[in-house]
Amino acid sequence: MTRDHLRRLEAEAIHILREAVAEAARPVMLFSAGKDSCVMLHLARKAFFPIRPPFPLLHVDTGWKFREMYTLRDRLAAEAGMELIVHRNPDAQAQGINPFDHGAALHTDLWKTEGLKQALDQHRFDLAFGGARRDEEPSRSKERIFSLRSASHAWDPKRQRPELWSLYNSRLGPGESLRVFPLSNWTERDVWTYVARERIAVASLYFAAERPTVERAGALLLVDDDRFPLQPGEAVVQRRVRLRTLGCYPLSAGIPSDAADVEAVLAEMAASRRSERQGRLIDHDQPSSMERKKKQGYF
Amino acid sequence: MASLLRLLTCGSVDDGKSTLIGRLMVECGAVPDDRLPRSSALDYALIADGLEAEREQGITIDVAHLSFETPHRRFLLADTPGHEQYTRNMATGASNADLALLLVDASRGLLVQTRRHAAIAHLLGIRSFCLAVNKMDLVGHDRGRFEAIEGEFAALLDRLGGGACTAIPVSALNGDNVVTRSGAMAWYDGPTLLEHLEQVAPETEEALAGFRMPVQLVLREGGQRHYAGTIAGGAVAAGDTVLIAPSGRTARVARIVTMDGEVARAEAGDAVALAFEAQVDCSRGDMLATPGDPPTEADQFESTLIWFDETPLLPGRQYLLKIGTQSVAAAVHEPKHKLGLDTMARLAAKTLEMNEIGVANIWTARPILFEPYERSRALGGFILIDRISNATVAAGLIHFGLRRAENLHEQASSVTPARRAALLGQRPKLLWFTGLSGAGKSTIANLVEQKLHARGRHTFLLDGDNVRLGLNRDLGFTAADRVENIRRAGEAARLMLDAGLIVLAAFISPFRAERDMVRAMVPDGDFVEIFVDTPLAEAEHRDAKGLYQKARAGQLANFTGIDSPYEAPEDADVRIDTISTSAEEAAELIMNWLERQPG
Repeated sequence: MTRDHLRRLEAEAIHILREAVAEAARPVMLFSAGKDSCVMLHLARKAFFPIRPPFPLLHVDTGWKFREMYTLRDRLAAEAGMELIVHRNPDAQAQGINPFDHGAALHTDLWKTEGLKQALDQHRFDLAFGGARRDEEPSRSKERIFSLRSASHAWDPKRQRPELWSLYNSRLGPGESLRVFPLSNWTERDVWTYVARERIAVASLYFAAERPTVERAGALLLVDDDRFPLQPGEAVVQRRVRLRTLGCYPLSAGIPSDAADVEAVLAEMAASRRSERQGRLIDHDQPSSMERKKKQGYF
Repeated sequence: MASLLRLLTCGSVDDGKSTLIGRLMVECGAVPDDRLPRSSALDYALIADGLEAEREQGITIDVAHLSFETPHRRFLLADTPGHEQYTRNMATGASNADLALLLVDASRGLLVQTRRHAAIAHLLGIRSFCLAVNKMDLVGHDRGRFEAIEGEFAALLDRLGGGACTAIPVSALNGDNVVTRSGAMAWYDGPTLLEHLEQVAPETEEALAGFRMPVQLVLREGGQRHYAGTIAGGAVAAGDTVLIAPSGRTARVARIVTMDGEVARAEAGDAVALAFEAQVDCSRGDMLATPGDPPTEADQFESTLIWFDETPLLPGRQYLLKIGTQSVAAAVHEPKHKLGLDTMARLAAKTLEMNEIGVANIWTARPILFEPYERSRALGGFILIDRISNATVAAGLIHFGLRRAENLHEQASSVTPARRAALLGQRPKLLWFTGLSGAGKSTIANLVEQKLHARGRHTFLLDGDNVRLGLNRDLGFTAADRVENIRRAGEAARLMLDAGLIVLAAFISPFRAERDMVRAMVPDGDFVEIFVDTPLAEAEHRDAKGLYQKARAGQLANFTGIDSPYEAPEDADVRIDTISTSAEEAAELIMNWLERQPG
């Protein structure tokens, strides 16, 4: 019991990454350039050192991410020397689906859920790494590390395979695939502590700065580009905010904060009484909305 | 930095487990305000019960993995349901836990469920227990009641084989002795639950002294190979000589490589990559070990099995066994006994049903490397996977190898199967006819054999009925006997293929898994599956032997198609529709198919 818990979590994640690669035919890593993605990519580089991680990165794009995330995404993929596949759902593109006109639910369903299914089918990936953690949301706490998805990418909580020790059943029937979550047992706090310890580059949006914001329905939305439609009575105001999680910018609310570096973020989190996904506008459409999304194939 | 404690929580329905965990997490600040239950104390339970289906039923139906921490410790908690039918989840949660937190309702005392949970936790290697005697408020915070339950549990633990236990009187509802001390139980001077969990040093299995590292994969960088894996026991240092099992070769470790630079030494729990000084043969499934102290190697061993699947264990059927980084075909003998978990009594068993635990011998298609589970969970725990459904059907713990294979060496023969076949001037094949009783398998196989014979081919016809009169006289028609019937027929056919013959085998062989087993026994491409497809109504109408009539009258049990299933081939090499095709035409069809094959 002498070694600290982050070293144990790191070794576990590396073991999972190697096991998945040893047994999958066509693995891929989902990569959004968020902090969990950055930690997962870092762990992958460690797991396969001295060679490059033997799989491509896949970004299921919506066209509505923060501009900084696109820059960071391309830079990190290049630094890792890995192929980056960017998929944008052509149907959503043709219909001009966006979060402002169509709402969070439809936007997320078409761009992310459908887009992910399209990308996995098109490239015939049989295993996709994701950075989801069990502490994020109640339905995640019951998720397996190797999670089976049907040929239509659906998650069936009652058909999950028991997972004992470090043994993972990666056998697949026709059309089935796996989602694998190396960070399953990590918490938000673990991620930030690890970011600090390993000096992992993450988006500056996580740290407090003066940013143009609009207050809407009690949330502080960031005006990240000129596509932000102002409603009557709304004004753009410079506020000192940071993002706790990064998604599509119109769906990720900022929080007022003075935390300008990792240490300050950790201190703020220790004092905070709000959950990490507080600023995520997609989780709250309806009760159990995350569980429903996963059954439909959301990551 | 805080150390990590992995714990399992279990209790019977209504013991108040979810409420206790909810309170523990809330009071440690692990539950944010926007996820807090609104007001009533009972709602603490909602924190642990994550899934919609569970909230509807008001019970916990799957393992929930929860995290919380204090300045002293980071906790990783597997919360497992109390319902009997979900025993498999308990085993899953226990497999990685250092400590089991068991809940007992003070007003109800130790229940059958409590005994089962303690037994499973102990079986899976947990030796540290914490007994939270809950609902003390319901028994007037009575010290005598608490001590009676504490004593009863200590006796239970002794019967299970021993271990350490700390009992704590609590009320999850009121928060007494969970995180803060209770004024209501001044007689109790031990730690609160959280204090205990922060301080306890869990008893773990005796660490393996020798170095053990199952090889996960080989990373090739130019000409240099790196062997990646997680160290399961002992330690390794640059310059050490290691043994590569099972080949028995040795290699010197040149470097231990990490992205942060080379390290001089690594130990159990570390995920590493090793480079050797010289090129040696080593791949996934091999195990690195201390020279002179190799891991155990056997192809027959005794194990305890925990059956998970709705389909019961079928002794003799081939499953896929996964242990460490090895995957191998394996079959289970009929169980020696199953365990009555409430009394730990050994009960007679022919099979294992879902959630049953029993002891059985297992044999594998090739020897595997392991350590007894009692010495190493990582090297002694395995899972069984169904080859058709791909479900994880069981977990197992290896106790010891039976070492029978060591005395049986395959007789190497210098006249090879290929040379025998060459002398006969033919390519050996196994033509496997499957279909319902009375479908016409033997009739068609007979005609095909005549045609082959007429063309100068060396053949042999293995007929299900004839084999049952001799070689398999001792077998009946239960599912297990049907599996063994096909296994022996497959082995007999394999010997004849080695002799260079074209073998025709006519067996109902109703289960896909057994046909696949025979396919796997013989060289690739030699197995030809011929589906003699006669609908049940037609076979029953013909009923040449009067068997269907007897089966319908209840005089024949386990009759395929009547009260025993037939799993039709999904992708047969040849399918014969006997409604539209005569036996003679069918034989011609098969001859034509054979002539189109290469070789």
